[in-house]
Amino acid sequence: MNNNETIRRFPCTVCPMGCELTVDVDKLTVTGNGCPRGAAYGVAEVTHPTRTLTTTVALRGCDRVVAVRTDKPIPKELLLPAMDFVRDYVAPENVQPGAVLVKGFMGTDANLVVTGK
Amino acid sequence: METVTRYDVIVIGGGVVGSLTARELTRLGARVLVLEAKSDVASGTTAANSGIVHAGFDAETGTNKAKLNVRGSAMMPALTKELSVRYQQIGALVTASGDEGLAGLEKLLERGKKNGVSGLSIVRGEALRALEPNLSTELDCALFATTSGIVCPYGLAIAAMGNAMDNGATLLRNTPVTSIEATDGGYLVNGTYFAKAVVDAAGLAAHKVAALAGFTGLKQHPRRGEYLLLDRNCGGTVKHTVFTLPTKAGKGILVSPTADGNLLLGPTAEDLPEGVNCAVTAAGQDKIIATAKKMVPSVPLGGRITSFAGLRAVGESGDFEISQKNGFVILTGIESPGLSAAPAIAELIGEMLGEAGLLPEKPMANFDPVRTVVRPKEMTDVERDALIRRDPAYGRIVCRCEEVSEGEIRDALRQNPPALTIDGIKRRTRATMGRCQGGFCTPSLVALVSRERKIDETKVAKGDGNSIIADRRTKGGN
Amino acid sequence: MANEKTNALPEIKVGLLVIGAGPAGLAAAVAAYDRGVRDILICERQDFAGGILPQCIHNGFGLKRFGEELTGPEYAGRYEKMAEERGIRIEYGATVTKLSHDRHATVLSDKGMRVYAADAVILAMGCRERPRGALPVVGTRPAGIYTAGCAQKMVNRMGLLPGREIVILGSGDIGLIMARRMTLEGAHVKAVCEVMDHPGGLRRNIVQCLDDFGIPLYLSTTVVEVEGDERVTSVTLAEVDERRRPIPGTERKVPCDTLLLSVGLIPENELTRQAGIEIDPVTNGAAVRENRETSIPGVFACGNVLHVHDLVDFVSEEGEIAGNAAADYLENAKKIETAPVAKIVAKNGVRYTVPELIGNGNTPKVTVFFRVSDSFRDATLIAENENGQILAKKVRRMVPGEMQRVDLPREKLVGTVTLSVATQG
Repeated sequence: MNNNETIRRFPCTVCPMGCELTVDVDKLTVTGNGCPRGAAYGVAEVTHPTRTLTTTVALRGCDRVVAVRTDKPIPKELLLPAMDFVRDYVAPENVQPGAVLVKGFMGTDANLVVTGK
Repeated sequence: METVTRYDVIVIGGGVVGSLTARELTRLGARVLVLEAKSDVASGTTAANSGIVHAGFDAETGTNKAKLNVRGSAMMPALTKELSVRYQQIGALVTASGDEGLAGLEKLLERGKKNGVSGLSIVRGEALRALEPNLSTELDCALFATTSGIVCPYGLAIAAMGNAMDNGATLLRNTPVTSIEATDGGYLVNGTYFAKAVVDAAGLAAHKVAALAGFTGLKQHPRRGEYLLLDRNCGGTVKHTVFTLPTKAGKGILVSPTADGNLLLGPTAEDLPEGVNCAVTAAGQDKIIATAKKMVPSVPLGGRITSFAGLRAVGESGDFEISQKNGFVILTGIESPGLSAAPAIAELIGEMLGEAGLLPEKPMANFDPVRTVVRPKEMTDVERDALIRRDPAYGRIVCRCEEVSEGEIRDALRQNPPALTIDGIKRRTRATMGRCQGGFCTPSLVALVSRERKIDETKVAKGDGNSIIADRRTKGGN
Repeated sequence: MANEKTNALPEIKVGLLVIGAGPAGLAAAVAAYDRGVRDILICERQDFAGGILPQCIHNGFGLKRFGEELTGPEYAGRYEKMAEERGIRIEYGATVTKLSHDRHATVLSDKGMRVYAADAVILAMGCRERPRGALPVVGTRPAGIYTAGCAQKMVNRMGLLPGREIVILGSGDIGLIMARRMTLEGAHVKAVCEVMDHPGGLRRNIVQCLDDFGIPLYLSTTVVEVEGDERVTSVTLAEVDERRRPIPGTERKVPCDTLLLSVGLIPENELTRQAGIEIDPVTNGAAVRENRETSIPGVFACGNVLHVHDLVDFVSEEGEIAGNAAADYLENAKKIETAPVAKIVAKNGVRYTVPELIGNGNTPKVTVFFRVSDSFRDATLIAENENGQILAKKVRRMVPGEMQRVDLPREKLVGTVTLSVATQG
């Protein structure tokens, strides 16, 4: 990716439709999007790309893990540091889907939430 | 100083020959120790084998191969019944065409009669077509051998070893033989195990093991055989084991149902230098397909579920080489029909050691020749229902393709010789051997091995050595 | 009570038997319930509902169904809750081992065996992954070769990492998802190879799973050989020609300890075949009418057992179609069976359609799912029969990895209807 380019083309990943977006990096205008969410994604992708992190954490008292997610996308560059955090994190036993494990995860406004059983 | 444990006989190698020998010697009253280099019995030549119990017309009259094959084949029905091993006498067809082919078949028929094989006849035309409707129309005559059968080769070895152990024999796995010292009127193996007699049934490594004891000069080389295995819904493509006329390189590629109901194509026969592995090659696979199609044009290759290769030991003479000197029995060149002959080889070794005065005077008084395995799939629905009500583990299906229950896997991990690995479970229960090849059940098997053997899941192996399934845990929180 | 002598298991009557509590089966059962069917039983072979979803911990599910991006466990949880609220019975750990043409299902669980005699059956068994043996990969058979889904279960359910140096064969969605997953967990994904000249999975997954982490994707490339005695030590990659045959001289050995396979999914139709239901040779699933009824009246199929879907949202939708149809069938149990009025044939660029047959429904439109065999841009989708053109629809973009759908006017669907793609005009 070249930061000097003023026009960038990439597929939208908001939904499985995969619209081909064209974004003007200077004016922050988006074309090719099929919905407003695509426009927002296009702008975010050239300014501050974010991703939802889905992974697992250890459960206290057993060898198994439970699935978790961030309830909002977090800055893309935080994905790997976030993994370093969850690698050593242990969730209480008997956590239920929906339980918030970490508020303000990695200093963002996203929470780390249990999704699995 | 290491303590020495004493046995009557040490059997080196837990293939089908070693396992049946261990059982036979135990029956004859001997205290038997089996040393197996790999993580399980039946993991060498016995593991990748056609599984055919040959009738015995192929080998030259008077050879060990001829005598022991015919005898072994005759022993097979009663033996497999005692040991609860799948065996079916489905018959074999050696197919040919034209006058030249027919002449070849007649020679085989004559030889078979001289070897003492019963149930041989030549079938032609419509009669042949009726026996095997999917056979190529190019093939117009066949030698029909009704006593030929199919057996699960590793199933036979595992059952024989298990039965030997149930009657007191000892098995040590992951125990390669590194030294043999002739001493004190017997042999000290690995500096730890002593016996007056040793049976070297180490298969491909038999000549090397013999050399450790000073019996040098024996030569063997590996011959690779590749196979292609098709889904169980293809097993009915042929009703008999179908060959073409044999050549010097062996009996050639066959098309056969297996004892478990799959369809097997192969083997190739490729002589290799020592030290090569069991790789499957593109050339080998192509050759199998081409040859099988010549015999059975409609062979349903879309049903292919796996390919594999095995190595068999070829000796210098072309015959089974069986000798006994000072209580050291050496078996080299045990290639095909080694599986068919194995029960007779075990019997012969018992006689040899008995005549040499190396066995106890009396057979084991309370030897129990029967080994049973719980096989819910072979029961009627009502029997199976009753079984599950007694033991619910037989109702929890772990391998869905082969319908193998947790109970059967638990049995495999507990019953002699207990499985240590995923491959061990596979050979005992067929779990992972179906259409999905373990895609669904491998993780569950890892958990069951971990639970039964009380080892961490990251220590569970597929087979030998470092063949672990999972590298490490993702989370170190605990 | 079971009778030892006659070998007859207890036979239990049930209105609607659903085989499988994955997204298809749950949606079907919920839809049938909402149409008034009360005697419903779902037999699920696993110990939990949701099929494969609980191990698909990534997000991207449910945008069409629920208007939000859910993870697999969350999506499964929604449907599980719907079933629970309705009091729909689910037997867990219950494997159907036999299915007869007269809708008798033999079921095995740790409580024993029994036969359910069902008035209607919905097949929702899902699919399985194509294993290594089905591929022309030569070499040894060491540990370290897993299907992507098997690795996914180990990582996401058991917390076990299969290996450290990974090569992935196949760019289907599960392969892509696992490339990201293994990377996040600290493994090094060295290559994703795809034998086709285009990626198999969704574009969003190429971006989010490969590009984000700098994982290289090699198109028109396959694995030709595996090496290693105990554990995989390397794989050999080679480029392929248009006929997907490896090109000699392009081989390249990549040291690794793990090979993940994401090389296709196969509908799991052993029971379907056993019952004698007609199978479509392209989808490998039952040939069905628009209400997802199979060639046996009262037996319906939906979800990945019918054809492999790309989105679970469509699986649920198909489950609802089957559930509603089963409710219809049970309401009019004595309805006289009619022959299908039309047959849909996939041609030029269309690989298959579901449904394959059109019955006598009463909706004005029939939605046909299909997949294309090639990538198309600005093409025209054409439906026609002996009476002429039924539909000509401009389509901006169609790729083999994504399922397509089109609505056809019912009144014109008679005889043999062909569905094809025209690239000109």
